[in-house]
Amino acid sequence: MCGIVGLFLKDKTLEPKLGAMLSEMLVSLSDRGPDSAGIAIYGATSGNEAKITIQSPKPDRDFRGLDAELAKALGAPVSIAVKSTHAVVRTTPDKVDAAREALQSLRPDVRIMGAGEAVEIYKEVGLPEAVVDRFEVRKMTGTHGIGHTRMATESAVTTMGAHPFSTGGDQCLVHNGSLSNHNNVRRELVREGMKFETENDTEVAAAYLSSQMAHGKNLGEALEGTLSDLDGFFTFVVGTKNGFGVVRDPIACKPAVMAETDQYVAFGSEYRALTKLPGIDNARVWEPEPATVYFWEH
Amino acid sequence: MPATSKATRESHARVFDLDVQSLRELNQALHQLTPGSNETAWEVLNPKGNHSVAVGVDQPVSIDVRGSVGYYCGGMNSGSAITVHGSAGPGVGENMMAGSITVKGDASQYAGATGKGGLLVIEGNASSRCGISMKGIDIVVHGNIGHMSAFMAQSGNLVVLGDAGDALGDSIYEARLFVRGKVDSLGADCIVKEMRPEHLELLQGLLDRAGVTGVKPSEFKRYGSARTLYNFNIDNADAY
Repeated sequence: MCGIVGLFLKDKTLEPKLGAMLSEMLVSLSDRGPDSAGIAIYGATSGNEAKITIQSPKPDRDFRGLDAELAKALGAPVSIAVKSTHAVVRTTPDKVDAAREALQSLRPDVRIMGAGEAVEIYKEVGLPEAVVDRFEVRKMTGTHGIGHTRMATESAVTTMGAHPFSTGGDQCLVHNGSLSNHNNVRRELVREGMKFETENDTEVAAAYLSSQMAHGKNLGEALEGTLSDLDGFFTFVVGTKNGFGVVRDPIACKPAVMAETDQYVAFGSEYRALTKLPGIDNARVWEPEPATVYFWEH
Repeated sequence: MPATSKATRESHARVFDLDVQSLRELNQALHQLTPGSNETAWEVLNPKGNHSVAVGVDQPVSIDVRGSVGYYCGGMNSGSAITVHGSAGPGVGENMMAGSITVKGDASQYAGATGKGGLLVIEGNASSRCGISMKGIDIVVHGNIGHMSAFMAQSGNLVVLGDAGDALGDSIYEARLFVRGKVDSLGADCIVKEMRPEHLELLQGLLDRAGVTGVKPSEFKRYGSARTLYNFNIDNADAY
């Protein structure tokens, strides 16, 4: 099964409530997948700061003193905000690649969840309620976000196997379904130089979109490509720095409901996820069509 | 006076508020109804996308659901008259045996799947696989239906006032499909059939039962099985 949600705000006054709204949506779908849960939130950008969300199985050991060691290695200012097993590393945008390399040698057990100017990604094994509590997601502000609760089919139940998957700056994806040609597509993307952290099918979908966008396509065009290049069942919800997109495979057996008002665009695997949104009773509610790309940008 | 009697009847409806009471309490109370019960009117408040609202009811009571429901609302219905004052999630009226379900809004995937009897009316649109494997149910959709509808439909009637998506009636047996708008494509072994007087009469009856007015049976086309898949064709042996 799996449950996925997404929320793209049009009304700035709702931004302080993004984390709370998205958490509520995800928790309502807990019985669609109890294995692990994750959430990506796009917050404010300053233009001169990049964020790298990292995770460690031993956060006490790995995060202590990391800011000073990283700052020295990069020759640039670094700050770290720790949240349970995750931490957000802030540095200057030109140092992101160097920081990835430095992290690998300074802290070999640390995994990178995602990086960009806006996005923060938190995901762990466990129920959505436990995951959003652990990372205090309800307090987070932002412009848009996506979330996932997982019933694993294609790879192990681990932190790295949880969604969202991020394979490019400020890009991430959640998936309900399963892909059947992911090994082939992964091989092609590896040949292009993309790196993979897991054996998971969804990571391949995320990397496919990153590759398409790196070749100059916009989010809508990249999503269009999934319909011909990816085989299997999927409903994807995707976030970029300023965009939010949805696509379903042509068979469309994975459920999806959307709602739009003047204040937001919302996605849920089921209507249950949308019932507590403001003004939902008067929202335009519809089921996204099969093989049809929907996307919004700020 | 009619107005008074209606008000009296409504005030006697047994009300379940799913914000306060559990879904299980509602369904158990409905299942405990016995023939001749005086509790003939039920009202369900705050369904909020819950699954399996009013499934398996086997007494002729009326149930008004005030809002949108999730999966399988009215599944296995066997005699009750359910009205959803909102939209319905996947599998509304799945395996219905008798009675009726009216959805005032839209219905998601596989509405009326495998239904054996009764009437399912969707006043909005239905999405993919509407009436899949239907076995005697009558389905009337005021709007459009999605792809792969009436897949392997065995008997019963599917009436669509709007358009139908791709692969309508794929591998159909003996169900009758009536579509007023355009059909994106027909599935394997599904063909347009002649609309004879008995079909016009049948369709008029279905439209009447579904409360459709201002629409004439002659505006529809009939689709059904070419019956070429009923027996194995030896020329296809190489395909296996």
